[in-house]
Amino acid sequence: MTPTRRSLLTATVGATLMPALPRLGRAQAANTIRIGVLNDQSGVYRDISGPYGIECTKQAVQEFGDKGFAVEVISADHQNKPDVGANIARQWYDQGVDLIIDVPTSSVGLAVNNVAREKNKAYINTGSATSDLTGAQCSPNTVHWMYDTYMLAKSTGGAMVKAGGDSWFFITADYAFGHALERDTTNFVRAAGGKVNGSVKYPFPATSDFSSFLVQAQASRAKVIGLANAGADTVNSIKQAAEFGITRRGVKLAALLMFLPDVHAIGLQTAQGLVLTESFYWDLNDRTRAVTERLRPRLRDVKPNMASIANYSCTLHYLKAVADMGVAASKASGVDVVNRMKAMPCDDDAFGPGSIRADGRKLCPSYLFEVKSPAESKAPWDYYKLLQTTPAEEAFRPMNEGGCSLVRS
Amino acid sequence: MEDIFGIPAPLLFGQLLLGLINGAFYAMMSLGLAVIFGLLNIINFTHGAQFMMGAFAAWMLLEWAGLNYWWALLLVPIIIGFTGVVLERLMISRLYKLDHLYGLLLTFGLGLIIEGVFRNQFGSSGLPYRIPPELQGAWDLGFMFLPIYRGWVVIAALILCLATWLLIEKTRLGAYLRAATENAPLVQAFGVNVPRMVTLTYGFGVALAAIGGVLAAPIYSVNPQMGTNLIIVVFAVVVIGGMGSILGSIITGFGLGIVEGLTKVFYPEASATVIFVIMAIVLLARPAGLFGRA
Repeated sequence: MTPTRRSLLTATVGATLMPALPRLGRAQAANTIRIGVLNDQSGVYRDISGPYGIECTKQAVQEFGDKGFAVEVISADHQNKPDVGANIARQWYDQGVDLIIDVPTSSVGLAVNNVAREKNKAYINTGSATSDLTGAQCSPNTVHWMYDTYMLAKSTGGAMVKAGGDSWFFITADYAFGHALERDTTNFVRAAGGKVNGSVKYPFPATSDFSSFLVQAQASRAKVIGLANAGADTVNSIKQAAEFGITRRGVKLAALLMFLPDVHAIGLQTAQGLVLTESFYWDLNDRTRAVTERLRPRLRDVKPNMASIANYSCTLHYLKAVADMGVAASKASGVDVVNRMKAMPCDDDAFGPGSIRADGRKLCPSYLFEVKSPAESKAPWDYYKLLQTTPAEEAFRPMNEGGCSLVRS
Repeated sequence: MEDIFGIPAPLLFGQLLLGLINGAFYAMMSLGLAVIFGLLNIINFTHGAQFMMGAFAAWMLLEWAGLNYWWALLLVPIIIGFTGVVLERLMISRLYKLDHLYGLLLTFGLGLIIEGVFRNQFGSSGLPYRIPPELQGAWDLGFMFLPIYRGWVVIAALILCLATWLLIEKTRLGAYLRAATENAPLVQAFGVNVPRMVTLTYGFGVALAAIGGVLAAPIYSVNPQMGTNLIIVVFAVVVIGGMGSILGSIITGFGLGIVEGLTKVFYPEASATVIFVIMAIVLLARPAGLFGRA
């Protein structure tokens, strides 16, 4: 790994910056559910959830109201580093945190997955994309919320192949997430009769110039350049592809994972016409508009995207399960809470009705959007038009194909 | 189509050119670092943050004052250079008598604080800054498609580097500077105001970083961590070129850009590490750097 200023700091300051937990009296602690929001608050994925994800969590707690127990929300920055994330998770669980949520960056998400299982605590991942969380590395303590690489590959990748993009070149972030996204998309491209002309894996997060990879992709004569990356990397890739005239020459860009704030950062002038997949859009229906309106005092000028609002959705569902089975029982076993969550149907304004499968996969519809042109956009954050909806039962990988041990037993 | 090492020749030429473009940024940044280190003996770790401030200043001028790219190119180095002057007077000047390490810690810390403030204010996903209309479009070179803006960056960087080199090596002011680097008290005894020269030199180095930021704004998203990605690489470039060597930092900047560009073709996974491997080898073979005096 390249030493960056942040990694230098992590080594020295990381330990001392660990969030200090307020010490509660024993009686009070026994009746308080503690939720830890662990995400990126200072790096490339900050704007996707970060401070907004924390606010969405607090909104869920507020809307849930008083059901005879207190709820406390704490947060920390994992800096996209698996070691930092696992350390904070371990410390939190030891100090009485009952649930950890969010955790973007798949490498960190998988590390925390192991810690939650070891400590028998509850873990709801909303930020990581890797489909391994409900596949080879699935855990009885873990629920994976609103998306994964399989769902993105199926929706965006499937649509691109159907539209004639039958040869692909991947530009892939060289870590767990990028690998999973490339793998899952490759499967769909091949299954649809397309071929993969090549791929490059670039160092994450130390890369900001993608021109070299874009030119290589162009030289491969692929019809579609698949961007298996996220956040600021996707923003830079798309900006630079426009600069090098790649899209004007008929090559299509497949932004396999793109969030609303990314579109905001690129600007509609460059982003128009891109297709992408999210499981939430603030202007989708009356319920999504209502929850967005309720969140406005907390998020101010920013609209929620599927990642930040997933924290709202999963917190509500978790608290319902806790209220159902009692605080003491939920504190005693993470597996029991997660099982109770799986047994209860989900419903909230953000994702609508849904359910959680035995392998920990939360089911919700996925939506294929096209980015509007500047002329079509009527207001700030009016960015998407809906192209296609994949129903919840078809959006995700069938349970028997994931290789999850919970399913076989 | 001929192949060179199994790579089609046009692709290879394209990569060499792209390497040169990235090298232009390395050269501009390391030049500023070298100038500052040469005279002040300070390893300016705030440089990355100042590069980022340059890009943000360009964005602010456009969004808040309606001043376009060309105004930014003129005004941003002056504005950010002035913040550098203030910084030098208020803080850095107090550290000259102390060990290098204190200067490094101060500038490193300042860099982190500045980055944090910008992130708090503007978020992490960046702000759009469009390529000026005069420089939009691209040339078709046959072997690749070269955006006019990137060509402009290389030319602008070469002009800046050459001008700086001439200023320091060929003018009277440059002679004072070099003399002050060798023996400051003696130069002061001849009636030259050395502290003021030192302050202005720091401002100049910072202005170079700011121009780099303006040039980078249309290419990368204008975001608070854009300098962080660059500063460590640029620091390695300065070490390889020889601390404080002007010509060394220019040549090494462009050269390493090309090496990195080629790595992106042959083994992309290593493209972020290759410069540090070279740094280690150079430090073993020539501890003073390729162009440094031992």
